[in-house]
Amino acid sequence: MSFGPHLFLALLEGTVSAFVLALTALGLSLVFGVMRIVNVAHGEFFMLGAVLAWFCSSAVGEPLAGFLVALLAAPLAVGALALAADRWILRRIDYHPESTIVATIGLLYVLQQAVLTLYGPDARPVSPPVYFTIEFPWFGYSGYKLVVAAVSALLLAATWWLLTRTTLGLYMRAAQQDLEMAQALGVPARRIYAIVFALGAMLAATAGVLVVPIQQAHYLMGLDPLLLSFIVVIIGGLGSVKGTLVAAFVVGLSDGVVSVFFSPTLAKIVATLLVVAVLVARPAGLFGAARS
Amino acid sequence: MSARAPRRALALHLTVVGLLFLAQFVLPAYHHTNVARIMVLATYAMGYNILLGYTGLMSLGHAMFFAAGMYGAGLPVYYLGFGAPAALAAGVAAGVLLAALFGLLALRASGVSFLIVSLMFAQALYLASLYFNEITLGDQGFIVSDRLAPLRLGDKSLGFHEPALKYNAALVLFAACLMLSLALRASPIGRVLIAIRENEERTRLLGYDSLRYKLLSLVLSGGISAAAGASYALLFSYVGSTFASIQYSIYPLLWTLLGGIGTTLGPLLGTGLMFYLVDVASGITSAYLLLVGAALVVLILWFPQGILGTVRTKWLPWLP
Repeated sequence: MSFGPHLFLALLEGTVSAFVLALTALGLSLVFGVMRIVNVAHGEFFMLGAVLAWFCSSAVGEPLAGFLVALLAAPLAVGALALAADRWILRRIDYHPESTIVATIGLLYVLQQAVLTLYGPDARPVSPPVYFTIEFPWFGYSGYKLVVAAVSALLLAATWWLLTRTTLGLYMRAAQQDLEMAQALGVPARRIYAIVFALGAMLAATAGVLVVPIQQAHYLMGLDPLLLSFIVVIIGGLGSVKGTLVAAFVVGLSDGVVSVFFSPTLAKIVATLLVVAVLVARPAGLFGAARS
Repeated sequence: MSARAPRRALALHLTVVGLLFLAQFVLPAYHHTNVARIMVLATYAMGYNILLGYTGLMSLGHAMFFAAGMYGAGLPVYYLGFGAPAALAAGVAAGVLLAALFGLLALRASGVSFLIVSLMFAQALYLASLYFNEITLGDQGFIVSDRLAPLRLGDKSLGFHEPALKYNAALVLFAACLMLSLALRASPIGRVLIAIRENEERTRLLGYDSLRYKLLSLVLSGGISAAAGASYALLFSYVGSTFASIQYSIYPLLWTLLGGIGTTLGPLLGTGLMFYLVDVASGITSAYLLLVGAALVVLILWFPQGILGTVRTKWLPWLP
């Protein structure tokens, strides 16, 4: 394959992974923005989505029905788990930024190792719900990957709508801008926090359900999306949904291109150092604006 | 705090070191090696504690300093035939250099941003250790012992496979770093560090250049962590990328948290307890890291002061 088609393939792969990344990172970004906490267990919610999708599809049997069941059941289950974590862990430590990081690291290991115990160490495939290839002049491309991009785009739009057009979204944005003022005006902060945390987890879980036919379900698969989401959220700017989406595409596409032409490891090193540069260039820090 | 407190503290620390020295004559072989390992890892946790416990800066990337010490010592032995003392010095130098460079960049960020910068920086170095696997041998790692010349003490020559050498070298490293962290705590510098932990704004208002003190603390912390990493490579003979991974940044946090943040003996207690807990659990199940996760959650929810922190608050206010 010559350079042009090769680049086209890299961009295509990059676009698909950018959509999935945007979905995952948006969940982290909402939690980051509204609750001002870093959820280190975010990648495990992604992994749980993928593993639950495997359970659903093997229980149902028929790929399309199994996929649809998973798309509904997995985020709900993960959302319920996130609600419990918010209620029993995060609220008790009063969302203290550093304690939250320690607690969610703990949660990361608990979830990951629970999956290792119940599901096992194997990576298991899930057959895609739809199977067709799109024939380009130079190569055929899996149609399911484009379905993934489309569903992700739909969900991103739905989240956007939720944030900008509903009362719940208004409450979230109010809590993000000025928590005390929002509370004084009657925004139920605790409930908003619980909902945001659950919503963030559900977005990650949905991304997990979507990628599992491409990637296989494995108990250690949560680390990469976590680190990439960190990168995206930091480059995009705290709590900025627009920034998160733009950064997801920058990171997703550059990751795709560098991975295809050089090496995936090099792509990650570059992205990671980019984050260090961004953070260092903004010494007030991510939470600088929120604190003052 | 009474005037006798410093003398009491010194006596307690000397007793701990003395007991560790005597333990080597009674411990069965298996525990003998374990305790040597615990002393080296506790040194790593002590290095971590200087930054978290004394200065109040939480890092999620300390594995980079441990690994810097490890590769800084291991690579010269493997490729250049360095002896143990020169390799140890090279490892510590690598850690100190990295800590200074990292500090100059990362200390511009504070709080949670500092945490994430440290995580990212360490991750970049971990990935680099995989990427340059022609030199570092990546995941697979390499064995140091067959290229390491025996240690010469006077006219005696001691091989690094001897358990007694492993144990006593680990003890010397541990005791030196323990005394250093005790001395640091009592020194004027240590007091400024603690003041920064308690209230950085106020410390700055009093005229202290808090950035310089934080950098000093980071370099000390990185240097001690690197000394532990270098000793681990030399004494236990293996160097590999695993030691640069996130897990090895989380361990010292857990050990320090369990033993008691900001206590001098906490890191030893936390490391020892966790080492044996994980040792027992890994004999029962492959999901032994569940214990690590549960311990983190339980500690942060109910015992944020850790064991010795609680003991200090309730019974022994003089405990350093």
